[in-house]
Amino acid sequence: MEKTKKRDSLLHSPGVQSLLASLLCILIGLLVGYLVLLAINPAGAGKAIITIVRNFFYYPSRAAQLKYLGSTLVKTSPLLLCSLSVLFAYKVGLFNIGAAGQYVVGAGASLYCALALDMPWYLCLLAAVAAGALLGALSGILKAYCNVNEVISCIMLNWISLYMVNTLLTNVKEYASPYTLTLASTNPGALIPGLGLGSLFTDNQYVTIAIPLSVLVTVVIWVLLEKTKLGYELKATGFNKDAAQYCGMREKQNIILTMAIAGGLAGMAASLLYLTGFEQWSCTQSAVPAMGFNGIAAAFLGGLNPIGTIFSSYFIQHITSGGAYVDKTMYSSQISDFISALIIYLCGFVLFFKYALNNRLDRRAEREARAAQAAANQEGGER
Amino acid sequence: MALLVQYTLIFASVLVLVALGGCFSEHSGVINIGLEGIMVMGALGGALMLKFLPPETSAFMMVLLTVLAAVTFGAVYSLLLAVAAVSFKADQTIVGTAMNLLGTAAATVFVKAMNTSINPNNVSSTIQYIAAKKAFLVKLGGFEFNWFMLLAAIALACSYVLLYKTRFGLRLMACGEHPQAADSVGINVYKMRYAGVLISGILGGLGGIVYITAGVSEWKFENGVAGFGFLSLAVMIFGQWRPSRIALAALLFGLFRALSNVYTGFDFLMALNLPSSVYNMLPYIISLVVLAFTSGKSRAPRAEGIPYDKGQR
Repeated sequence: MEKTKKRDSLLHSPGVQSLLASLLCILIGLLVGYLVLLAINPAGAGKAIITIVRNFFYYPSRAAQLKYLGSTLVKTSPLLLCSLSVLFAYKVGLFNIGAAGQYVVGAGASLYCALALDMPWYLCLLAAVAAGALLGALSGILKAYCNVNEVISCIMLNWISLYMVNTLLTNVKEYASPYTLTLASTNPGALIPGLGLGSLFTDNQYVTIAIPLSVLVTVVIWVLLEKTKLGYELKATGFNKDAAQYCGMREKQNIILTMAIAGGLAGMAASLLYLTGFEQWSCTQSAVPAMGFNGIAAAFLGGLNPIGTIFSSYFIQHITSGGAYVDKTMYSSQISDFISALIIYLCGFVLFFKYALNNRLDRRAEREARAAQAAANQEGGER
Repeated sequence: MALLVQYTLIFASVLVLVALGGCFSEHSGVINIGLEGIMVMGALGGALMLKFLPPETSAFMMVLLTVLAAVTFGAVYSLLLAVAAVSFKADQTIVGTAMNLLGTAAATVFVKAMNTSINPNNVSSTIQYIAAKKAFLVKLGGFEFNWFMLLAAIALACSYVLLYKTRFGLRLMACGEHPQAADSVGINVYKMRYAGVLISGILGGLGGIVYITAGVSEWKFENGVAGFGFLSLAVMIFGQWRPSRIALAALLFGLFRALSNVYTGFDFLMALNLPSSVYNMLPYIISLVVLAFTSGKSRAPRAEGIPYDKGQR
């Protein structure tokens, strides 16, 4: 009796419920992914799904494993910031699907400052934050003053920014390829310093202070949302815009500010990746990079909690990187995108899951209470 | 000039079809952000039919079967939204976004798997339908008439009649305005919303195949449909959720989209010497500007986006 009570109260706690829901989403996502692999080619499906989940353990030697763990982490930090961007806006009742576009302008600004203007890394990073914030604020202004749904305006801006950045970065691309010049050859000062962190990961030169920086930003965002007056006001605006206005909060400014912060986070995300030199921008890209969209998956999978997103971002990046190792003669690496998309879809059901779980628990508690009552009554009658 | 008219009409057809789809879904009370994904699925269905039909099939059968395939794929895929949003009361924005990502990812995985199984060296996500595409086209002098233009016009007329002149349409709109009131007079809100989403799946799927056959003869599924589903949503909002205005809005947007295909044919546009990316951006910029000026007095269905719960008033 005592034991079930304890378990019940544990199940009642929202944190545990979110965790359970996320794990369930992951499990179902992987299961459906496995079924799809089975349908494509039954011979290698089991091996492929294990490859995706194992990611860098694909390499037999410990040194190589560490090195590729480092690479996964390098890509986790931008993803973490993208998911924070989505999360921050969502807490204020806005759906920032424009994280992808803000990420694009962040990449454009930081690379242009680094390659064309020869700026040091911290200025490039600030430029990326500013560019992302500006784009985010634009969606916010359209929402606050012109009543334009932020989802639609964000999508339009995603495409506009992609074409703009492609045009801008064509000025600093390599002569014979569509890729931008490498930072190492053009402006080594724009590379984010490693401070010896790389040596922890078998001399992975791309492991830099970008990784601890992203975790630091996560903590700052958590504090901002949970412990400050501004965070409280922003969340109040999200819950009920009219009530917030009635209480004297400036709801229009709050919407714009929120989108600017969310945009700044996504812009910074891009600089944390491109300023490590891990990737070069391809000026002929015809699709918006997936990082911003994966941020949506990570935000919801993390139960919309900044600390939770650290783990969910890592997981999403882990399977995305793992997808690169599947046997290309049978499957394509997009199977990871497929699984993350499935996970977002399943996250739509989380509310229903919590509702059903609570309902069940409540009904059981009621039944037990009634039984206890009946037992007590009986005892009273006998006496 | 004929080329500009031709491209404007074909892109407007896509926009009309998909925006009407969104219109049905939203009038029933469900926001359909997932139109983009539905278009990809419809495009996939149609492209597969084009690829695998024997070349000696008559043009009529070719058009019919392709349309059927696209419509079926779109409708089945839209069930994902209907089940989540209507039966499970899920957040419609999250589910719609997931459907967009899922559509592109699933189509890419599938097409790549298919291409590699036919030829192990082919890892692209492209389907070609150069010869089969000719079934849709009729040459009228310099103008290439496409049967899909006619289809879009028919869909427009049917939608108008269905929404405003039939019992079904009026009931559907009641469910989007005030579902509780609709329920109180015996309308099954859940059924109506399923119907709305399914119709949007049918029209969205059809729009998808029209889009990927407009002007090109192969499609790379990794790219999805390049935001066209969202452009259609903008057309729907600009058209204030009314079929007749949606048609006008679609023509305007179609014109700007067509410019990026044919601007090289106009001397005065070439004289401006703008980079091609400006023309690529144009439809998106125009739609943002237009939305900024028209969203203020929005006539969106009142109850859209709110899951219907029988127990609530």
